[in-house]
Amino acid sequence: MTNHWIDFANSDCILIMGSNPAENHPISFRWIMKAKDKGGVVIHVDPRYTRTSTKADIYAPLRSGTDIPFLGAMIKYIIENNKYFNEYVVNYTNASFIVGEKYDFKDGLFSGFNAEKRAYDASTWAFEMDEKGVPKKDPTLQHPRCVFQLLKKHYSRYDLDTVSSITGTPKEDMLKVFEAYSTTGARDKAGTILYAMGWTQHTVGVQNIRAMTIIQLLLGNMGIPGGGVNAMRGESNVQGSTDQGLLYHILPGYLPTPSASLAKLEEYNKKFTPVTKEPLSANWWQNRPKYVVSFLKAMYGDAAKPENEFGYGWLPRLEDGKSYSWLDLFDAMYRKELKGFFSWGMNPACSGANSNKTRAAMANLEWLVVVNLFDNETASFWKGPGMQPKQIKTEVFFLPCCAFLEKEGSISNSGRWTQWRYKAQEPLGQSLPDGDIIYELFNEIRALYKKDKAGKFPDPILNLKWDYAEGKHFNPHLVAKAINGYWTRDVTIKDKTYKKGELVSAFALLQDDGSTSSGNWLYCQSYNQDGNNMARRDKTDETGLGLYPKWSWAWPVNRRIIYNRASLDLTGKPWDPKRPVLEFVGDVADGKYTSIKWKGDVPDGPWYPLKNPDGTAREDGRLPFIMKVDGIASIFGPGLKDGPFPEHYEPIECPVEKNPLSPRLTNPVVPEYTTEKDVIKTCDPRFPFVGTTYRVTEHWQTGVLTRWLPWLIEAEPQVFVEMSEELAKLRGFANGEKVIVESPRGSLEAVAIVTKRFRPFKVLGQEVHQVGLPWHFGWVWPPEGGESANLLTPSTGDPNTRIPESKAFMVNVRKKG
Amino acid sequence: MKLTRRDFLKISGAATAGLALSGMGLDLSTVEAYSWQLRTKDAKETTTICCYCSVGCGIICHTDKKTGQVIYTEGDADHPINSGSLCAKGASSYQIAQNEKRLTKVLYRAPNSSKWEAKPWDWALKEIAKRVKKTRDATFTLKNQKGQVVNRCDGIASVGSAAMDNEECWIYQAMLRALGIVYIEHQARI
Repeated sequence: MTNHWIDFANSDCILIMGSNPAENHPISFRWIMKAKDKGGVVIHVDPRYTRTSTKADIYAPLRSGTDIPFLGAMIKYIIENNKYFNEYVVNYTNASFIVGEKYDFKDGLFSGFNAEKRAYDASTWAFEMDEKGVPKKDPTLQHPRCVFQLLKKHYSRYDLDTVSSITGTPKEDMLKVFEAYSTTGARDKAGTILYAMGWTQHTVGVQNIRAMTIIQLLLGNMGIPGGGVNAMRGESNVQGSTDQGLLYHILPGYLPTPSASLAKLEEYNKKFTPVTKEPLSANWWQNRPKYVVSFLKAMYGDAAKPENEFGYGWLPRLEDGKSYSWLDLFDAMYRKELKGFFSWGMNPACSGANSNKTRAAMANLEWLVVVNLFDNETASFWKGPGMQPKQIKTEVFFLPCCAFLEKEGSISNSGRWTQWRYKAQEPLGQSLPDGDIIYELFNEIRALYKKDKAGKFPDPILNLKWDYAEGKHFNPHLVAKAINGYWTRDVTIKDKTYKKGELVSAFALLQDDGSTSSGNWLYCQSYNQDGNNMARRDKTDETGLGLYPKWSWAWPVNRRIIYNRASLDLTGKPWDPKRPVLEFVGDVADGKYTSIKWKGDVPDGPWYPLKNPDGTAREDGRLPFIMKVDGIASIFGPGLKDGPFPEHYEPIECPVEKNPLSPRLTNPVVPEYTTEKDVIKTCDPRFPFVGTTYRVTEHWQTGVLTRWLPWLIEAEPQVFVEMSEELAKLRGFANGEKVIVESPRGSLEAVAIVTKRFRPFKVLGQEVHQVGLPWHFGWVWPPEGGESANLLTPSTGDPNTRIPESKAFMVNVRKKG
Repeated sequence: MKLTRRDFLKISGAATAGLALSGMGLDLSTVEAYSWQLRTKDAKETTTICCYCSVGCGIICHTDKKTGQVIYTEGDADHPINSGSLCAKGASSYQIAQNEKRLTKVLYRAPNSSKWEAKPWDWALKEIAKRVKKTRDATFTLKNQKGQVVNRCDGIASVGSAAMDNEECWIYQAMLRALGIVYIEHQARI
């Protein structure tokens, strides 16, 4: 999230789309209701009328997988009705930038498409540069090739009739949403978007979010209280585990994983350290080399030296252009490329798309290590449905980890608040904290490499800094301090001396010469000379906006609203004086600022505002979007695999044969997998209904924890398929009857729940039915609970993130027997 | 003494209950003492954060000082996000702490076997370490087909985990990367 949970209460208009917070993030709803109590408007756009819809002022139904047409039509509405915040758009976005002549969009394809490679050459989307290397701009937004005009042209096709025929949303409902939401384009109004997996789990997942980002920028809703782009994440620490780099493509702190072509640290830094000629851009990522070296110092300690590039050569390299994502991982496992596998605190046999492929893949392993609290479908896959244990050679180790309240450490919520947890009881039985298991396992591995001199490339194993135990036990405080970082020698900067062994106070002090270590630069300040800032419990809230800056700690540098300088005009005064998250209050002499002073949240950069109170420009001011190379936010985004503007493509499995917006039916650069398990059927009469998956309040994810808790399993005991009264009538199903749901990849038995919450959609003149299933169940427990909805979902996904398309696929529902 | 909202609720709750009932002319001292004992006697309060969704609600665990076991969990009234409220899942946290279905021993399933066997930790970690080394040494790629140095273990993969604390995530990625593993994924991707 750019903002945070409590900040929802500051909003004038909350658009909830691709999510269902009343049921999936229940406590967040108290802040949504507070906004509503203050007169804010709550909008819910969703295929299903959920508990969130019941509290919304406006509900608009939408067929799964058609968010971009809906949002595209909103962009068109905002532009044509002059609802955008012109001053914000001109100064803080790239709307005025001139795009090069090579850029084009025709027949559903952007310029630079290579049909053979199924990829774009994004160089055709580049901006036109002036002689200094700065993008050319037209602040009047009139140039036919400026981003604003291209945006206007791109979405001119997204008229209400066409879009309504795609999404199935009645036109009047769409208009109600557009009218309400676009009022937040006023400078003293704030609109926010709350989304979740309903947007990410699509073959156009990233572009769904991009489309909304464009709207937020047009309306000036980024960086302000009650605004932002807010992903409500599904796990208590999925923000933190992402920050700590548990993904193939990033090291901790969003440093890209090195690839084979980047042999030297210097080459890595050159490729990933952006350079700008824009004099007013802070271009914060120019500091990347400091963060990389500090990370390497945290990894390898004293063994990381300038002469060995701080151990850069010890990091493994990806093949250039190859993806090692979830879908690729299980594809490689299915194709017998992998021999060993750790499933740590996860249940992939139920959690990933196309679970039958995942389960079959695990039978190809030599060994599998599962770490969890309860038995689950991954650990016991070898005795699951259709499996012959005698024929499965995979060795399985089940390691019992303890529960969250049996250990100490920090987790980061969606609002980036990193909160410390304490131990309330000893681990049950012989279970152990994950930290102890990891710590001891690596000690055993290292011991083997110390003994066997012939072991392959032992250097990173022998040189890894691994001193995180106190006595016999893993100590999270030692790691938390290493993540924050230390001075590794005495250093004097501007008359201040930092002593070797002191904690670094904040990331602005990190160095690229090895004099600092930091396991994750974004967390530098979390545990410093002031102590464990993540454990703070002071409820002071001076702004009255619910920032609670002394409660826990938020990255980066305890900033509670990211890009908060965009909440100010060019002279550093809040767009909305009634809701100031931040204000520049430096001294003024003769109409000019003469000192730097900020009030409110931690400013996104300490610099002067762009202009003096008398309106004269300052050369030492900086643009607000400091992580962007040009200092401004991207309405035109040339960095994605599937185009600089979001374009509507149908889900890879869809109920229509045509896309009225272009001749391209599906995303042209979608990843493809080709094993016999990767079956995709579109417009196949055997699978006539749109399927989707979701969660219920009483369960969590695959149910790996919640299915074992008596209160919760009693409340939601088994898998169901929810459907409209119309569909039930069409197929002759009674409410409560057990039916079979099947997709081209798998099938399961489910209880039919016939409700008014789903209604048939009118799509291209036809009636389209949608059904939905919760994905919390699996064969292990409870005995009558039923199977995972992910047996149905397809193994394809977004071309940028490769998140599987679990939210829109095609199924059949039929009578049992 | 600075009173937190929680302290205040405790005091005012006890006071109003006492007042309301004693007004009815009954001697409730025994009942009062008994109920007080049930709730808080011998319990130590520890704060934590819910393990489910990402809202980050505060939870208070009550631990019996004699047994060391969590006997009750409730929302943390002082927490600015949830102010004491919890959803059905968070409110059930106690049942994770006390749950006879939890697996609390290391289990091993041998190749082609139809059953689990209980094993000691020490044995399991040593055996896993051996498998990691064997597989790593057998599948390690020093240079790719183009002759570029890659120093990568191609035969082992890992998924997980957003269920771990930050400190555990960090050392886990450190271990995996020291081994040269690149198939590193978790819940954030799905």
